[in-house]
Amino acid sequence: MNRIELTRLPAIQLGLQSRYPQLAVFVLMLAGYIFAILAGLIGTPVGNQNFSIVFVWIAWWAVLILFAVPLLGRGWCAVCPIPLPGEWLQRGAVLNPPDKKSKWSNLRWPKALRNIWLQNLSFLLLALFSSLLLTTPNVTAVVLAGMLFSAIGLSLVFERRTFCRYLCPVGGFIGLYSQAAPIELRIKDKQICITCEGKPCYNGSANGYGCPWDVYPAGLTKNTYCGLCMECVRTCPHDNIAVNLRPFAMDLARPSAKLDEAFKAFVMLGSAMIYAAVLLGPWGRLKDAAYHVGTRAWLVYVLVFIAIIFIVMPAVFALCVSPFENLSSLKKRFAAASTSLIPLGLMFWVAFSLSFVLTNATYVLTSISDPLGLGWNLFGTANTTWQPLLTSVLAPAQTLALVGGLIWSARTAQDVSRRRSMSSIPVIAFCLATTLIMLWLLL
Amino acid sequence: MQKKRLAYWLLIALAALVVAFVPFPAVSSAASRTFKIDANQFAYTPSTLRVNPGDTVTIRLISTDVVHGLYVDGYDVSVEADPGQTAALTFVADKPGSFRFRCNVTCGALHPFMIGKLNVGVNAWLYRSFGLAVMGLMAVIAFQTPNQAQFPAS
Repeated sequence: MNRIELTRLPAIQLGLQSRYPQLAVFVLMLAGYIFAILAGLIGTPVGNQNFSIVFVWIAWWAVLILFAVPLLGRGWCAVCPIPLPGEWLQRGAVLNPPDKKSKWSNLRWPKALRNIWLQNLSFLLLALFSSLLLTTPNVTAVVLAGMLFSAIGLSLVFERRTFCRYLCPVGGFIGLYSQAAPIELRIKDKQICITCEGKPCYNGSANGYGCPWDVYPAGLTKNTYCGLCMECVRTCPHDNIAVNLRPFAMDLARPSAKLDEAFKAFVMLGSAMIYAAVLLGPWGRLKDAAYHVGTRAWLVYVLVFIAIIFIVMPAVFALCVSPFENLSSLKKRFAAASTSLIPLGLMFWVAFSLSFVLTNATYVLTSISDPLGLGWNLFGTANTTWQPLLTSVLAPAQTLALVGGLIWSARTAQDVSRRRSMSSIPVIAFCLATTLIMLWLLL
Repeated sequence: MQKKRLAYWLLIALAALVVAFVPFPAVSSAASRTFKIDANQFAYTPSTLRVNPGDTVTIRLISTDVVHGLYVDGYDVSVEADPGQTAALTFVADKPGSFRFRCNVTCGALHPFMIGKLNVGVNAWLYRSFGLAVMGLMAVIAFQTPNQAQFPAS
């Protein structure tokens, strides 16, 4: 199956060229984001009755992981409100580029940090506090506000969307899994880009800003770092940018060669398994340890969490990939083979989230009528009785997701192994072992 | 060659259907079983119950701190216990499988994750899922072809 260019459709081309549709969604999202912060700070401390918890960790998370990431890749980043205030300040404009130059320093992000190690760490940091974060409104509010102000601060010092590209804990895994999505932004004709003067897609022009994600579109071979902001669609003077519908997982045909991306796959795979054990398992002591931040039990939990993600899983995987090779060869094989874990990790999160979201979805109805837990009943749904949804199809759906992810990963492993002249069987065995554990945790 | 591949696919599809749907043998006759469960923030003790299909199950829920509930997924039955009080829930475990039970009264921060497990007979779906996972891989490995890659090598 070949690509289908969506931007050939006049309605889509028009919608992407104009800034107003995106701005309308941005403003709505920003209002919701700020309200979530306020609700977390001034609303009820009862998590499942507070807008900040219910709309961020149930409604938004469901849309993100069950729909947006698998189908639209970085579609969420295209409308995420977090970079907006900082970007408006950085540009000195809300819509089109202003005539005068920005007064901010616009420094380049340090070269040593131009990777996703900080995103791995920022996600890990949130993951270690997740039991508190997912259930305590004011902690969620502080984290949301922290992300917003970090993005503003970085925009005033560094150029482009530094926070999104190098620090955002959510953007890191969206980028990883966007490689599996059936949508992409690419150039149409490389020759046009080679001869294009000024490279306005990267440097900006009167029609739009240089790529906020610090990506030169002609060099795009995978979705990981393209935030789908559509700025290059506006700036390209040759109409040479296309948004394409494509088969799933096309980017995985080019295995990663970078360790930061490889470890992102482990961070996400391991976190999904640990979350399934802690949050959905029957082990009360484990929940206690994860929740009581600062206690000795929590410190042990943190150490085990970090050891599983950064030592145990990568070490077992390294042994599977290349047990008797030298270090240089091992690094290359390890990074390339970790590409196989991307579909599996995505499906682990889908399976985990199905349980979490369907069980708690009715809180959305309660919360939308009484977002602060103050006894309001705005839409007449405040007294909706809690009820888990679709419990009879949950287990088959989780099996479908996990087994489907396993098969998808096995096929990816076969493709990678063919390119790297290595056996796919040990990688497939690793995927099978993790899948069996995840099935046991969830079913 | 094509016919052979089709035959393999049909064989694996048939085997997958058998793994997914063949009934597990019933193991024992029904009986009455009573469990005493302590509920405190945010755990049930014991947290895993095992009964046989057809058993009449009575759960005596004792809350040791705040008000807690116990709702059984799949059975849609529940009970609530006030602090220091015991409340009883009786139902016939006529659906085999593994079911989560969870607190249905907001009891604190980790309330949505206060979860236990009820196993009615063998957790057949888990074993079926294991079987499907292994069969899926067998199919992937068996049908690997040199030109399987969808995309040209870079």
